[in-house]
Amino acid sequence: MEIGLEHYLTVAAALFTIGIFGIFLNRKNVIIILMSIELMLLAVNINLVAFSTFVGDLTGQVFALFVLTVAAAEAAIGLAILVVYFRNRGTIAVEDLNIMKG
Amino acid sequence: MLAAIAFYVFATVTVISALLVVSSRNPVHSVLFLILTFFNAAALFVLMGAEFLAMVLVVVYVGAVAVLFLFVVMMLDIDFAQLRQGFLTYLPIGGAIGFVLLLELISVGSAWVISPEAMHHASTPTPAGVTNTEALGRVLYTNYVHAFQLAGMILLVAMIGAIVLTLRQREGVRRQKVATQLGRTREQAVELRKVRPGEGI
Repeated sequence: MEIGLEHYLTVAAALFTIGIFGIFLNRKNVIIILMSIELMLLAVNINLVAFSTFVGDLTGQVFALFVLTVAAAEAAIGLAILVVYFRNRGTIAVEDLNIMKG
Repeated sequence: MLAAIAFYVFATVTVISALLVVSSRNPVHSVLFLILTFFNAAALFVLMGAEFLAMVLVVVYVGAVAVLFLFVVMMLDIDFAQLRQGFLTYLPIGGAIGFVLLLELISVGSAWVISPEAMHHASTPTPAGVTNTEALGRVLYTNYVHAFQLAGMILLVAMIGAIVLTLRQREGVRRQKVATQLGRTREQAVELRKVRPGEGI
């Protein structure tokens, strides 16, 4: 029972799919959507680290570190926008997010 | 053998708790399952031999991001039952899209091999005889130092942005204004009056 690259890629694929699934499932709840995005970024990180360790190239791990940074920044900004939006509208339903008419 | 058992345990818990994150009824439970997912993913990183990233994952994701989510979920007074309406109507289409995506990922994964030559052309090969942290540090602070500085800049901008977005000046709240205090002059603050005996001001 040798654990190879494919096993880790399978876990990452499952996590990514669950992230997509979560976005469709909780269309109204922005908090869960942000969590699903975090799950997808985690899947990407698992992919990067798996390739990095199995090919023996450290660049993948460096890149995973940067993805981690961006994920943290994105979560902070997203939640700040969410708090401001809740203060103004009293709800976080995504369907009402049309103030800017984008 | 032991590594295989550990892998299957951690991978199963990761996937199941990720499923519970998106399907849990209470968002607080979702955040807690997210923390469980991150912990198990960190364990998978350790199994792969990327210890530094595993620890960073625990510190950054569990220590910062998940706690941030927890604060926001508990701070906002939201009727989550109302937000869950339509959960079941979205289930078929979400399941269909997820299934198609999973099939595509599997078909890509099964039809693909690493070229044996690619192994010998690594841009930064893992050095032998050094710990993972030291090897990563050697690469990060030399080849990727500009990207590293840029990542710090992104974090700074995100921090300032979050503070600017959420800071508010409420009306009717008395707070200390140091500038006004220091800007007072003697003429504004003190007034000399002649008071005659027995009369008052």
